[in-house]
Amino acid sequence: METLIIIVAGVLVTVAVYLLLSKNLIRLILGTAVLTHAVHLLIMAMGGFKGDSVPIVSEKETRFVDALPQALILTSIVISFAVTAFFLVLAYQAYKYTKTDDLSKMRGVDHE
Amino acid sequence: MNNLVVLPMIIPLLIGVLLVFFPNYVRLQRFLTLLSMIGTLVVSIILLNLIQTQGIITLEFGDWEAPFGIAFVADSFATLLVLTTSLISAIIVVFAFGTIGEKREKLYFYAFVNFLIAGVNGSFLTGDLFNLFVTFEVMLLASYALITLGGKKAQLREAIKYVAINVFASSLFLIAIAYLYGAIGTLNMAHISERVAEVGQTPLLTVISLVFLLVFSLKSGLLLYQWLPGSYSVPPAAIAALFGALLTKVGIYALYRVFTLIFYHEPQITHSIIAVMAIFTIVGGSIGAIAFRDVKQVITYNVVIAVGFILAALAIFTATSITGGIYYLLHDMIVKALLFLLAGTIIYLTKTSRVDAMSGLIRNYPALGWFFFITVLSLTGIPPLSGFLGKILVGQGALEAGSYILLGFTFLSSMVVLYSLLRIFMGTFWGETIISEEEQIPLKPFMIIPSAILIILTFALGLAPEFIAPYVMDATDVLMEPQLYIDAVLGND
Repeated sequence: METLIIIVAGVLVTVAVYLLLSKNLIRLILGTAVLTHAVHLLIMAMGGFKGDSVPIVSEKETRFVDALPQALILTSIVISFAVTAFFLVLAYQAYKYTKTDDLSKMRGVDHE
Repeated sequence: MNNLVVLPMIIPLLIGVLLVFFPNYVRLQRFLTLLSMIGTLVVSIILLNLIQTQGIITLEFGDWEAPFGIAFVADSFATLLVLTTSLISAIIVVFAFGTIGEKREKLYFYAFVNFLIAGVNGSFLTGDLFNLFVTFEVMLLASYALITLGGKKAQLREAIKYVAINVFASSLFLIAIAYLYGAIGTLNMAHISERVAEVGQTPLLTVISLVFLLVFSLKSGLLLYQWLPGSYSVPPAAIAALFGALLTKVGIYALYRVFTLIFYHEPQITHSIIAVMAIFTIVGGSIGAIAFRDVKQVITYNVVIAVGFILAALAIFTATSITGGIYYLLHDMIVKALLFLLAGTIIYLTKTSRVDAMSGLIRNYPALGWFFFITVLSLTGIPPLSGFLGKILVGQGALEAGSYILLGFTFLSSMVVLYSLLRIFMGTFWGETIISEEEQIPLKPFMIIPSAILIILTFALGLAPEFIAPYVMDATDVLMEPQLYIDAVLGND
């Protein structure tokens, strides 16, 4: 299971890097979103899938799944949601003022 | 256990939330923001003195004992930085009163400043690696908002690059945390340090440490500073001063913490890489500082040079050089804020940032000219001013450790700083006066008083370092002796 998740995370990172390197602004934002998801999968894999039950103390089960990575992922999802939302608004505003979504045209000049 | 530890983060956070509800009451916003900064300042002074008597103070949230819950740890290093942060942000906020403009003030400027300070202070105080990520994000989101505030074309354009590089760096940060958690199984920094010391810093852990190095280099502008000059030169002076004085310093703090507390077992690998990166940062920053003729660009490249200098102190890694690094870090926060404020004032008065377009300002604004000159001397490290002590200690440390190359580069960088800033000084203040007395824009007290206070601070830190010497010594002891930090957090006496 860990191997599978790691491979999926790797594929997602590939996709994300491809998107991040493109010139289109929306693709760049999608790239950052996909990258964060890949990282979340990685965190989950790092916690391992060895437990047999939910992490609630009971007499029957003794091997619990590690709950910490899931807490981390939850926190990180919220943060990445906020950042992506902000980034999309920023992209829209930038598009409105610069009339382009092509990053190669947004280099800017030294003095304006 | 002491609840005071969380106040430097909680006060700005709560006041920031409160301010969101009153965007139109500008006077109230100003008053509360200043109050929040001064409150944090008072708390950090109390904390600093408590640490002297009680040792490192920790706070475990919800009474979950150290390795399990999240802990805040106030040692002298972190608290000194919190103190300087509060002091400088209070001064910059006063500068912002007169310069930022009512439009931005009503667009939640003060709320964002409070959130930024909450994030910065939280990053200094936290003792948990994942919590460090969270506080970093708090700080970054506030900075994203601040850099775009006002929505000028150049601001939006640079903000896209700034946000993109920081989102990418944050993902790398999470990857590093995931790897470390997979390898070590804990996130509490003291606990990580203890476990790394137990199993030895294996090649796997060294590789993970390099991922952390990459992340914090992106944040602090060590070698990977290409995003920095653009994004620090577009926002208004008050915001740029906050960024230049505080944001890169958080990355530097994280590097100091991680490479003295956790990954200090293989300095010939990690610290050598930091040394090489520091040299390239100094060289790159110097080239930028000399190449540009625009005030904003030159001073942002000076930020880069300082980052290289402070991390060279970490790379040398002796008690003397670390002490020097801490002194220089505190000095640099003060003087970079000062430099940005003065540059902002010059640009406000002349309405241009091109050095060739201004001349002879010393006749119109003598105080401003002298302030700028003192700032230049302080940044270069001329004795009665605050830069001297840090530079001399770092140099002494480099001699002790035999790192002559680093010594050469760090001291040559002072010459470049002097040259690049003196060129601005001569270009703008000397020469024929081009502003006649009728069209001279009066210098508002709000603009010059903050700079005057910072000038006094740089003199004070240079003339009477004994006042903070015991705290800096204590900070160095903890950085050089990780066991002190571990014992304080995990409570094994």
